Amino acid sequence: MIATALTTVVLAVLAIGAALAAWQSRRWLAGRPATVGVVAGLRALPGRYLVDVHHVVGRTPFNARFHALAAGGFLAAIGLLVAMGVGLAGWRIVWLLLAVVLAAMLAGSLMVWHRRRVVRPRELSQGRFARLPVSLLGFSACLLVVSLDQSLGGVMPEALALVLVAIAGLALADLVWGVWKGPLKHAVHGALHLAFHPRPARFHDGKGRDTGLKPLPLAPAEDAGLAEPGALGVERPVDFAWNRLLGFDACVQCGRCETACPAYAAGLPLNPKKLVQDLVAAMDSQASDAAYAGNPHPGRGVGNAHGGAALPLIGPDAMIHPDTLWSCTTCRACVQECPMMIEHVDAVVDLRRFQTLELGATPGKAAVMLEELRATDNPGGRALSRRWDWAADLSLPRLPAGGFCDTLLWVGDGAFDLRVQRSLRALVVLLRRAGVDFAVLGDEELDCGDVARRLGDEATFQSLATRNVATLNARRFNRIVTADPHALHTLRNEYPAFGGNWTVVHHTALLLELITNGALTVTRPVGRSVTFHDPCYLGRYNGEIEAPRALLDAIGVERREMLRSGLRSSCCGGGGGAPLTDVSGERRIPDVRMEHVRETGASMVAVACPNCALMLEGVVGPRPEVAEIAELVLAATETAR
Amino acid sequence: MHNVAVLLSIGRHPVSGRARRAATDAQALEMALALRPRRLTAIHAGPATDTEALRAYLGMGLERLTLLTLPEGTDPIEPLIAHLRQFDPSVVLTGRQAEDGEGSGMLPYLIARGLDAAVVPDVVRIGPTNAPDAMAGAADLVQALPRGQRRALTATGRFVATIHPSAPPARASAFGPARRGVIEPVAAQATADLFLSDCEHRPWRPKPKLMRVKRGGSALDRLKAATESKSGKGQLLVNPTAEAGALAIYDSLVEQGMLP
Ligand code: SF4
Ligand code: SF4
Repeated sequence: MIATALTTVVLAVLAIGAALAAWQSRRWLAGRPATVGVVAGLRALPGRYLVDVHHVVGRTPFNARFHALAAGGFLAAIGLLVAMGVGLAGWRIVWLLLAVVLAAMLAGSLMVWHRRRVVRPRELSQGRFARLPVSLLGFSACLLVVSLDQSLGGVMPEALALVLVAIAGLALADLVWGVWKGPLKHAVHGALHLAFHPRPARFHDGKGRDTGLKPLPLAPAEDAGLAEPGALGVERPVDFAWNRLLGFDACVQCGRCETACPAYAAGLPLNPKKLVQDLVAAMDSQASDAAYAGNPHPGRGVGNAHGGAALPLIGPDAMIHPDTLWSCTTCRACVQECPMMIEHVDAVVDLRRFQTLELGATPGKAAVMLEELRATDNPGGRALSRRWDWAADLSLPRLPAGGFCDTLLWVGDGAFDLRVQRSLRALVVLLRRAGVDFAVLGDEELDCGDVARRLGDEATFQSLATRNVATLNARRFNRIVTADPHALHTLRNEYPAFGGNWTVVHHTALLLELITNGALTVTRPVGRSVTFHDPCYLGRYNGEIEAPRALLDAIGVERREMLRSGLRSSCCGGGGGAPLTDVSGERRIPDVRMEHVRETGASMVAVACPNCALMLEGVVGPRPEVAEIAELVLAATETAR
Repeated sequence: MHNVAVLLSIGRHPVSGRARRAATDAQALEMALALRPRRLTAIHAGPATDTEALRAYLGMGLERLTLLTLPEGTDPIEPLIAHLRQFDPSVVLTGRQAEDGEGSGMLPYLIARGLDAAVVPDVVRIGPTNAPDAMAGAADLVQALPRGQRRALTATGRFVATIHPSAPPARASAFGPARRGVIEPVAAQATADLFLSDCEHRPWRPKPKLMRVKRGGSALDRLKAATESKSGKGQLLVNPTAEAGALAIYDSLVEQGMLP
């Protein structure tokens, strides 16, 4: 009797849950087509969950533990209950087993209660999420009593047991109802998202990292039979590929991205969690953000945004305000932290592509820069020959077409800037001192297109990329070295799609190699306390966090680490064209980062990127010194005169 | 102002020399688009080279643009007048000066003469008039004068306005509409531009400034000394040998006290 009641309730609720999920799926299936390996994806799903997701969740061990207990216990309990429904009902051992998994779930639920009701971290959403621990507790506690009783032979009055089953059924219904718009949505959508992820190469079964933006086809496909090329980029939710929409739907509103976002920390009107939730809400036909119960985009309230699946996403009164879109520095801190493997940066860039390529709505200085870039191939609108002014007395060897050298030095657009020229000079002197056979491209080096691409100007990026690739492919060299992580990322990860495949190294890796193999000798160890600020495009985008540290250790600094460092470093505010779009917030992003530097008590912060140098040096008031790593190495390897 | 024509030239980037939208012509188009006329005719007259650069105007939201294709080295004035007469525009907008070719700034005046219209140079704002007793179709204009001064004007009847660089900036050009927009080529006849073919072409160089080092004095004095160009007292070397040029620079630096 009890068993029958129980399994009936469970099966009925599960069927309703499945129906809800199926009904929900029409929202994300409305997206553009995408090619996914369905079978391979489903097969890789458990591995991706156990390795990749756990890798992220495990960064906060308490959360990992309660998740394992609550979710594992819940799934096991549901499995057992279904099994009882198909004929294992009479067995006491099954009841006992059920009691064990429910006990685990109860423990997990208590931990959830503690976190959501007692600790209450700021980044967690309230609303429906606040009810989650109640339902978890109701379900696990009531059924635990029933199953213990049953495994002992059933001493409880049947009526009481049925009441307990009914309460558990209600709690289960609330949980499963969460598949609709509540907490449990992430379980269904998260699993599907892992299987059909738009970047399968980012998982451990792929390359383990996949950060380059995908080219946007500009030429209309010949077979499309369209008289006119269609719109570029994403205007409305349905313009995203379906598996990208599915990804947004997987968001569990954990707020980890919010905590990591440098724009949010500086009070710019961007909260990546709200951004994803805006996209989720907009998938409905009559959408508004009124039901959102987390922190807003700083400076903007909740409840005024309206949209729909076939309505424009960006606009002063639409789902997402343009200032929110243009606040992002594309630092990937949110992607790094997201346990649901959501790709925020891809979404931001796709939305920007439509704004820039179709509307010309790139804000202020960024639009001016793009126009100069198109006319002169560098963002400042200067003559390309002036890129070499700083090296007039260095007589840098130029590599002609058809020529060969060991190392090609890509100087980047920083070379137009007085501050960056200082560190480039240091790098050149070091290369000479170490006897490296190197050359530069000279006037044929164009801007690599990094900023244009992050601002959504894919057309200008592709034009620059094809020409740079042709220039480089006409020359022979063993490797390219650059001091600019943005150029490094673009050349290494984004040019292959345009036919450029070379070894690209960052100057920190090269300098470390030169010190290790004895080409450079440390004569005057620095001996100061130094903290290292990881450039996003070197660390998170390329995983290179060891070489700069080993280099700093080799030149004898007393190295201190910031709370946020390595792959979890915080952005200087210089990426993604943010200095050009210049959305104002409560503070400036570099000021926030300089605060992190100050906390270490280090007297100096070492940087390894021209943007970081400019952003951090722009912090006013007394502050630790900012030094480019090549400048430190130069001073440390000075030969005694 | 229901019928507006805008004349668009192909510009040259001052540094790279690459074809682009001409800055003040783009501002003229911006102004024309902001007027939301019932009919907007955009015309470019010139040889069929670099016409892809015209797409930058289409990228501002212009749907079509007429290209009066002229033979190389001909004068666009006559064909433009002939073409404009067909449309009978009440307002013709254009930039104050082309960035390429003669770039004399004469074109608007010659067009106005041909159309029997008034010319209002250096306009920064145009709008329908507010004056209650004005005739229909009259327009209020604001004209830029030197030193940031402004003058309000009312224009009645047909006029040609040239746009001043301090007019509202042109909106950005977007790639999508630029490639969807239509350029309609129309072959036109024109007479050879004898003046232009007589001219010698050479790259433009800024006039060199004579440097003066001035120490002491107030900051304003030093700024003036560093930025003001003084005429005379210079030494002009035409095509000097490298040695002679270097020696002259060296001597000058010694004279200025920058070298011992
Ligand atoms: S990429 Fe960086 S700036 Fe952009 S939303 Fe994510 S964390 Fe914030
Ligand atoms: S986007 Fe990811 S990290 Fe951010 S709230 Fe959603 S699930 Fe959490």
